[in-house]
Amino acid sequence: MTTQAENTSSGLMAKAVKEGIFAGFIAFGMFLLYVGIETYQNIDNQLVWRTRWGLLAVFVVVAAIGRFLTVAFFKPMVDRRKLAKAKTGVLEISSEKSFFHKHFLKIALIALLLYPIGSVMLFGPQGSLKYVDNFGIQILIYVMLAWGLNIVVGLAGLLDLGYVAFYAVGAYSYALLSANFGLSFWVLLPLAGILAGFWGVILGFPVLRLRGDYLAIVTLAFGEIIRLILINWTDVTRGTFGISGIAKASVFGIWSFDVSSPNYFPKAMGLATSSAWYKIFLFYIILALCLITAYVTIRLRRMPIGRAWEALREDEIACRSLGINTVATKLTAFATGAMFGGFAGSFFATRQGFVSPESFVFLESAVILAIVVLGGMGSLTGIAIAAVVMVGGTELLREMEFLKLIFGPDFTPELYRMLLFGLAMIIVMLFKPRGFVGSREPTAFLKERKAVSGSFTKEGHG
Amino acid sequence: MAGENLLKVQGVETYYGNIRALSGVDVEVNKGEIVSLIGANGAGKSTLMMTICGSPQAKTGQVIFDGEDITRLPTHLIARKRIAQSPEGRRIFPRMTVLENLQMGANLDNLKYFKEDVEKIFVLFPRLKERQSQRGGTLSGGEQQMLSIGRALMARPKLLLLDEPSLGLAPLIVKGIFEAIKKLNQEEGLTVFLVEQNAFAALKLSDRAYVMVNGRVTMSGSGKELLANPEVRAAYLEGGRH
Ligand SMILES: Nc1ncnc2c1ncn2[C@@H]1O[C@H](COP(=O)(O)OP(=O)(O)O)[C@@H](O)[C@H]1O
Ligand SMILES: [Mg+2]
Repeated sequence: MTTQAENTSSGLMAKAVKEGIFAGFIAFGMFLLYVGIETYQNIDNQLVWRTRWGLLAVFVVVAAIGRFLTVAFFKPMVDRRKLAKAKTGVLEISSEKSFFHKHFLKIALIALLLYPIGSVMLFGPQGSLKYVDNFGIQILIYVMLAWGLNIVVGLAGLLDLGYVAFYAVGAYSYALLSANFGLSFWVLLPLAGILAGFWGVILGFPVLRLRGDYLAIVTLAFGEIIRLILINWTDVTRGTFGISGIAKASVFGIWSFDVSSPNYFPKAMGLATSSAWYKIFLFYIILALCLITAYVTIRLRRMPIGRAWEALREDEIACRSLGINTVATKLTAFATGAMFGGFAGSFFATRQGFVSPESFVFLESAVILAIVVLGGMGSLTGIAIAAVVMVGGTELLREMEFLKLIFGPDFTPELYRMLLFGLAMIIVMLFKPRGFVGSREPTAFLKERKAVSGSFTKEGHG
Repeated sequence: MAGENLLKVQGVETYYGNIRALSGVDVEVNKGEIVSLIGANGAGKSTLMMTICGSPQAKTGQVIFDGEDITRLPTHLIARKRIAQSPEGRRIFPRMTVLENLQMGANLDNLKYFKEDVEKIFVLFPRLKERQSQRGGTLSGGEQQMLSIGRALMARPKLLLLDEPSLGLAPLIVKGIFEAIKKLNQEEGLTVFLVEQNAFAALKLSDRAYVMVNGRVTMSGSGKELLANPEVRAAYLEGGRH
């Protein structure tokens, strides 16, 4: 028995070493030309090349060691965990959840409410900017966008690759109406949402009959059309120059965040002059918008329209034979999702003070969709976690100065953002193919609620 | 009110593109009856079921339900006239629980009768009660069929359309399902229009039946008559089974 175990473990080590060396070779082959050799222009403007053996060696060693560790330790550990789970029984209707698990949402909400205050206390107003703005607001915008898209993709099952178009409609609605008519943020926020929702219906009509990949292509084209209009309709949108000097949001029209204004908010409150207070104010606005999105989504799921969305995702023909108006159902899904995109867009415009078509490229749609998929289509908690991991992770990259010590002073970590995004996606999908939170919360109950474990979510046939 | 006409299909022709799937079909179903439609694979049985529900719509001819012409009505409005269907292949919602599936069948705007109706369905199909919080997609074939019928019943239908409820199921389970249909008909007076390839079981259960060949109704009569008919026996009962 022991010898057998030793045998297999030494066999495993040999296998891991072999695979590690193999991975090293592959990395060498793959990166030799891209990393090992670098071209640059010298003083005479000639294109010459030089080698970077050190950097190439780092890539090769990382690949080899990574593969070795995966095969030798990581995979056996995962397998053991799976086996242990299988042994303890398939039905994990766990009534014994930890305190943290049970009150996760409340804890998260309190933490979010205290987050800006905490950062100010720890780092001072100026120091808190980075945490409140770069992390807090940035992540919450994506949470809101992903929750909005979740209604279309996660609930109604309509694959939308052009979601950023509604974000753009919201942002430009605010920018243009505020610049031309001087309307305030609080008037334009709902208006931008309504306008985006209207565009959602406009997109919805032509694609009513489409599903899956065909729908994806048309929505992708729609997103590009909106962007091209923004670029080329220069009389109104000022094209690629964008619109700058967009008005800041006020504290419900009572105080303002313009330093020159007589009722400048920090002064009225007796605070030091700093842009941090405005960012903190924005943080609470986007937090409130996110909470509204979540609340509406949760409520809608329990209402006839939300149920119809989910049924539509599962089987359109069955829906029709059950008396569900599939046309109205799809249009409301597009409109509701677009509306939240529009809210987020107008928030984005007021936060940046500047909008240009640059911000609404296809990549944005892809990132938002990736967050929805990673989070586990339909699960609000999962999507929020995915947004924190993906957006927060890429923001963290900017902070990682030490990487320059490894990769040389020219290394700019932000440029590897997409690479890391992709790697993270692959890893998550390998280990959690249904996303962070793959189980779906049922909405129909007779007596008390019974949690349905993840093992029930696998589809069976026959 | 047994005997009064509930569904009347008159000279219906249905096309898929240029291909004619139904060529002048006449079928009648009276209140309180079980009527079945038998025929080989590809005869057009499912097409007739779907035409009654308006998807696809009949190109010529009429579908009259409860004295009202529903030929041109959109599908979801036909369903609201309380024609419920358990479609071919069951088409339950796989990621939703049994209870949620049943809820989708009920009138979503008015769930007043939801509990009461669910209890009734659990009496009819006790298996569904045991599995009420399980995902539809993880049910066995027989349970899925029960769920599909149960979901249709949640609409409190005047007419229940069943498309091949025995498809791919073990004989014992088929027997159970047919008994449930009989019970619904006898105790609740539910009118049932049943499509089957399993001709023997269907004809035994039915008051009347139609035989369909290549998009046309070629024979009709009481269940007993057709069971005794030599042509039917040769084509659908003895060795003629597919
Ligand atoms: N969606 C469709 N598009 C085109 N042809 C179809 C479609 N559905 C069915 N058909 C054709 O219509 C005919 C009748 O099919 P169907 O009604 O499904 O027969 P049954 O239910 O009796 O087996 C067949 O020839 C079939 O190929
Ligand atoms: Mg059929």
